[in-house]
Amino acid sequence: MSIVTPAARAEGQRLFGAFQTWGAAPVEAAVLQPAGTLLDLYGEDIRARAYVTQDPVQGEMMLRPDFTVPVVQAHMAGGADPARYCYLGEVFRKQEQGAERASEYLQVGYEVFDRDQPLRADAEVFALFARMLAGKGLRAATGDIGILIAAVRGLPTSDTRKAALMRHLWRPVRFRSLLERFAGRAPLPKGRAALLARMKAGDPVESPAPQIGLRSRAEIETRLARLAEDSATPAIPADVVDALEALVGVADKAPAALSAMRGIAAVMPWITPSLDTFEQRLTVLAAHGVDVAGLDFEASYGRTTLEYYDGFVFGFFAETRPDLPPVASGGRYDALTQVLGQGRSIPAVGGVIRPALLVELEGGQ
Amino acid sequence: MSVKIGVPSKGRLMDKTFEWFAERGITMKRTGAEREYSGAVEGIEGVDLVLLSASEIPRELAAGRIHMGVTGTDLVREKLGDWPSVVEVVAEMGFGHADLIIAVPDCWVDVETLDDLDAAAAAFRADHGFRLRIATKYHRLVRDHLRAHGVADYQLVDSQGATEGTIRNLTAEAVADITSTGETLRANHLKILEGEPVLRSQATLFASRSALCEGADAEALTALRARLA
Repeated sequence: MSIVTPAARAEGQRLFGAFQTWGAAPVEAAVLQPAGTLLDLYGEDIRARAYVTQDPVQGEMMLRPDFTVPVVQAHMAGGADPARYCYLGEVFRKQEQGAERASEYLQVGYEVFDRDQPLRADAEVFALFARMLAGKGLRAATGDIGILIAAVRGLPTSDTRKAALMRHLWRPVRFRSLLERFAGRAPLPKGRAALLARMKAGDPVESPAPQIGLRSRAEIETRLARLAEDSATPAIPADVVDALEALVGVADKAPAALSAMRGIAAVMPWITPSLDTFEQRLTVLAAHGVDVAGLDFEASYGRTTLEYYDGFVFGFFAETRPDLPPVASGGRYDALTQVLGQGRSIPAVGGVIRPALLVELEGGQ
Repeated sequence: MSVKIGVPSKGRLMDKTFEWFAERGITMKRTGAEREYSGAVEGIEGVDLVLLSASEIPRELAAGRIHMGVTGTDLVREKLGDWPSVVEVVAEMGFGHADLIIAVPDCWVDVETLDDLDAAAAAFRADHGFRLRIATKYHRLVRDHLRAHGVADYQLVDSQGATEGTIRNLTAEAVADITSTGETLRANHLKILEGEPVLRSQATLFASRSALCEGADAEALTALRARLA
């Protein structure tokens, strides 16, 4: 509920200025964003987080829940290549758990669109944030969604199963239950066995009920065929499933995490290229002055956020204030540019800082 | 001033509520002309009856304009964010039982569970270019339930009545609604998904955590609570 204070605005302006000094072009974004684009990207969950309002002409609109989407859209509509942008402004997020967390706050952000050297761009963004936040008593956590994506894409199973797992990569509980089922270690959903038995006996599984609604009999039959095909798909070997579950649980300092994941790659050799990328990124981060030996890595970091990051991810947390949301967060979102670019895409990485949290932390010290 | 109890203003819910209080020695009745929304409380001092629509009682409790109120669990959880900090459950009253459920066309022979619904939603979005629509007036409850169960690629469309008809009218592919017997669903060729309902609801007496209560009112409220215990 809290309003943006003059101190937070001043801190935001300071950071915004620093990003410009670094070479980023300042950009503006409308507070009212068309709801359709955001709903299409994020799904129904965004309604629980964003304020929706009605415009008599433009239809359903949302109060800007983040800058990433409008900045990507502006860039795709004709930005320079490569490009660096920064922005400062309010974002609006509904907070369900009472009113302790602000529902209106400033974000100051920095985004890099650069197709040549993605690892250098990752390191540039992280190192810049680390420098700007140095001395504030923050702990950095990092992750790499690219490793998880590689792990799923290489699984020795059907494309249907891989697609189902990819679709739920950002829903860890559902991901795990699907994985256990594909390993043959969890029971089928209720009614599935009976349905499969009917199909196996040659029953066309017709319904005595009238066909109503938009979902046609043909669509139902397509799914039935997929279910039959899936029941004939061999289970994913137990050692592979165990390795994947171990992989998502890796959390350590970056060098130890890397060696743990190298160990896991003995069972899942297809993740090796993504681990090589991870290792190269550590080298580039070190060259940018980051203490990689002390850097925390969590393989599942970034899996439960609303944004869809698909590579390097990071966040900065106040260790003394576990009640606060991350002071800064960011990551790589190449797939988002593809979705918003209507066929075109550009590798992109960026992050945001919440100046009000920095001010609050200073006051508490 | 007085202690105010909000009670649904008509129908079975009002009658059962009056019976429930009568069993505890508190007589509630409507007064005045047949269509006039005024009421009286006998058998206890300093308590006033406020007749309201059941759907408005959560809001009145949250605003502290009534001290207690009778309404369904479903309405409190749907309408009040962080509801346990806003109202207290005084008693579950043992009537007005209804489940908030998700239903799909009976002809969907491939869909029995939320797991199936999720898979059907993914294919539906790929085929039709938009997310599978679920018609409901319980947006918060249904969204939380589907998120907890990892269902994606759906959208909620608002339906404040005749929800079961939306599928035939091609404005939704599935519905989420309150049902006690399931009769309306069957009549519209819909089936309830397997598993726990989104919510089991019943008529419940709630107390506001914010309604002001001083002096004689505090005494009246204490006496009322003692009678209901």
